[in-house]
Formats: sequence, structure tokens, C-alpha cells
Amino acid sequence: MGMYNDKVMDHFMNPHNIGELENPDGIGTYGSPVCGDMMQISIRVQDEIITDAKFKTFGCGSAIASSSVATDMIIGKTIDQALAITNKQIIDELGGLPAVKIHCSVLADHAIKAAIYDFAQKNGKIYAGLEGFDPNEDDEENDTCDTEE
Amino acid sequence: MRQVYLDYAATTPVKEEVLKEMIPFFSENFGNPSSLYTKGSASKEAIMIARRKVSSLIGADENELFFTSSGTEADDWAIIGIADALKSKGNHIITTGIEHHAVLHSCEYLAKNGYEITFLPVDKEGRVRAEDLENAITDKTILVSIMYVNNEVGTIQDIKELCRITKSKNVVFHTDAVQALGNVKINVKELGVDLMSISGHKIYGPKGIGALYIKRGTKISDFMHGGAQENKKRAGTENLTGIVGFGKAAELAELNSENHITKVTELRNYFIDQVFEKIDDVFLNGSREFRHPGNANITFEFIEGEAMLLYLDLLGISVSTGSACSSASLTPSHVLTCLGVPVEKIHGSLRFTIGDPTTKEDIDYVIEKLVEVVAKLRAISSVSKAKGW
Repeated sequence: MGMYNDKVMDHFMNPHNIGELENPDGIGTYGSPVCGDMMQISIRVQDEIITDAKFKTFGCGSAIASSSVATDMIIGKTIDQALAITNKQIIDELGGLPAVKIHCSVLADHAIKAAIYDFAQKNGKIYAGLEGFDPNEDDEENDTCDTEE
Repeated sequence: MRQVYLDYAATTPVKEEVLKEMIPFFSENFGNPSSLYTKGSASKEAIMIARRKVSSLIGADENELFFTSSGTEADDWAIIGIADALKSKGNHIITTGIEHHAVLHSCEYLAKNGYEITFLPVDKEGRVRAEDLENAITDKTILVSIMYVNNEVGTIQDIKELCRITKSKNVVFHTDAVQALGNVKINVKELGVDLMSISGHKIYGPKGIGALYIKRGTKISDFMHGGAQENKKRAGTENLTGIVGFGKAAELAELNSENHITKVTELRNYFIDQVFEKIDDVFLNGSREFRHPGNANITFEFIEGEAMLLYLDLLGISVSTGSACSSASLTPSHVLTCLGVPVEKIHGSLRFTIGDPTTKEDIDYVIEKLVEVVAKLRAISSVSKAKGW
């Protein structure tokens, strides 16, 4: 397959952490089916550490691979460490994505933030890494789809 | 692993008989058709024979058929050539929103150069309404370009009826028949078209060869300026091997026409029925009645097309999708958009096109794998029937 590297294909073919946690401590969704990608991440948090994460994604190969690798990356990390993850790091972890697919990695880092945002809201916590982040800003009434960032 | 190619609308393999016919014209009978000696006239003769065969497939006279490098070139020539030749008469061109990019982008180019373009809508099956065409024609209209068979959803237009309208208003009619060739019976005289684009590689001929039918007496500007080839209208040393291959492919298509149409229609219907029986939440895009015999364009709800395409590819199955995620521009299929398919459901569309070499075993294999792939992606998906979109 010419389009994606082996690492991306491996995460796409055998994605890690598929599903939805029961009674998650935080759950967030980012993207929209209209734009072709929608990612949901649920997390379990214990003493500020993400002990488990699962994803469900509607989207293309790179969106699924980004979700898989992003959930791998946050498991075992503190909330602050998870919030510090950039889409660039997700791309690096995947060994690169085609230029037109960069937005899929952005989606993944936003989905992580959306899940943590939910956790913060439920528990009355404030994180510096969430400053300025609003999971609803790109809601469906917004008819333009992010294709780059 | 089994390999099943189901993208015959994209291109077809060159048939063995076609290749065999082409081979001598690479190194042995390589003469320039414009040369006067025997080696040249032999090539000229080969082109004449091929022109006769291709003309015969569409019911044209030989001197009304002009070889081009592709279907795209034929479309470009028809549109830009007519626009240029008739610019003193008017500047209005009518086409549809579901045309191939070869037509759409040629029209957009003309729009930047002072021409007015009307893009007709289509109904939910992809058919142009005759009254829409009739109402769109003005005294400035010089050309109508409507494709015969759509490349994505396979919808067949009533070209004869549409031509009747343009004829009554004295407007030139062009049709892109690249997908129609070999898949519907074509007779340019019966249809009444003035121009028709066709291509070799969709009918088991080689790539790099197409043709434009230009009805005798049609005023059109020359396209390539140079030598006297193609009656001085399309200069450049002829693609000898391509033309010979196109000729043979056309001959076989004409001979095999009824068998081909019956066979692929049966397999295609079997495929659609199996998909509907074995997979929930699917729907057919386009028309069931007015449809390319080998085309099945199906939306699988709650999952995305590029992901399906890649999984199927890993299982040896080649198909295409209208999803935005598969295109470099990240825009969803303009054809499905025109048909009114909701964007999220365009992302989940796959186009399967069946061809001569396809067998029932191929279809059974594809169905088996499709069931698995759809189930796997639905298990991953963040949307579902229960959750809704």
C-alpha cells in the first residue's frame, strides 16, 4: 500500500484500545461525520494518572491509526502529560502521515483534550493545558470542515 | 490470495487479442503514417482499419472520427473547440453538475474567459430533466454537454430526448460517452448528437488513446496545431499502437456487446442483492433502472469509505470510494453531492464496477470479505444505528 507507512498500516489493521470504557471518568468526542472523521475517547483516571483509555472512531485509515496510537500514548501518563501531547508527537509516533491527513492527528489530540475536559468538568478541576479549549467550538452548526491546522 | 478487481469503470486490462494486434506496430511495422514509402502507407492502412472499427461501434462515418490522446482530450477539444468556433454566436454553455472533471474543469476554464456556464441539476437518481434543459437554453446558448453514462453512479441519460430539444433550438450537443462505450448500444445518428467523446482503455484497449466524433458539418476549432494528421484538426504523429489497439478493442466490443451487457448485468444484480441480503443499513446510489450494467454504488452507513477501501485492498479486492478522505482535495464526491446524498453518507460510499473477466466466485469472495470488513469497521465506529449520526 503506497499511501501509508507500515506503522500506520499496523495501527489501522490492528488498532489498540478499541471500544468504550464502562462508567468512564472522562469521555469526549471531537470532529463530525459530515467532515468524515469523528473520534470518541473515554478515559479512566486514578490519582491524576490515566490508567486506561479506549476509542471509537468514524473515519479513514489515518484517523483510526491516530486514535489507536493516541490512546496508547496517554495510558500511564498524568493528565498534565497527556494534555501536553501535540498532534506533531502523534504524527512522529506514527512515523509520519501524508500531508492531506495531518488533520486526523489534530483530531486525535483534540479528542484527548475533550475527554480530559469532561473529567475536569465532572470533578471541578482546572488544568493549564485545557486553557482556551472548548470541545464544542467546532460543532455541527459550523458547516466548514477543518482540513488543516 | 485471491485478487478481485472491481474497478472496471476506472480502467480495464488490455485483452490478449488486442495486445497481439498491437505488438507488430511497436518495432516491426513502425513506419510513420505520414511517410510515402511502403512502411508508412502500411501504418496509414492500419489506422484506416482501426478508424473503421471504432466508427462502427458508435455508428459513425469514418471521416467523422478523430483520434485523441484520451477521453479527457476529446472532452476538452469538444468544449473549448466549440466555444471558440461559435464565440460570435454566443457565450452560453449548458452542462450538468455530475460531469467528469474533464468537462467541468474545461467549462470552469471558459467561465474565467468570458463564457457563461449553467450547471443543470439532476434528480435523486442522477437524471437530467428535459424541461430543465429546455428552460436553460437562451439565444446566447452555443453548446450543451451532458454525459451519456455517469462514471460514479452509472446513471444513463436519455440523450436522444435531450438532443431533440437542442436540435429544435439549433444548439450543438456534446456527450461524454466514455463510460457508455461498450456498455450501452450507441448509434450517434439515432441519438442525434453532434459530438461524442470516447476512450480506449475502458473497453479493454490500451491507455493513451481516445477519440472525438464530430458530425459532418459541425463548426469546431482545431485542437493541436501542427501537421496534417486527423484531417489537420488534431496534429501530431499518430499513436499508432494505441489506435490499432483501440480498433481491435472496439471490434471485440461490438461482437461481444450483447453477451457482455447480459453477463455483467446479471453479476451486478446478484452482487447488489447479496449485499442487501447480508449487510444491514446500506443503500444504492443512483438509478436501478437507468444504470450502467456493471455499476453498483453503495453507501454503507456509519463507516468511512477510505477505511473500507484499504481493508478490502489488503484482501486483494480493488474498489473506489466517493469519500472526501480518499481525494487529494478532501472534498466529497461532487456527483453524490448533486444527487442529494447527505455528506456523511457520501463518505461511506463504495463504487464496485464489474467487467468481462469477473466471475460469480469473485463476487462471492467479495461479499464474504465485505461482510467482515463492514462488521469490523462498525465495531470501531463512533456512530451506529443505535447512537445515530
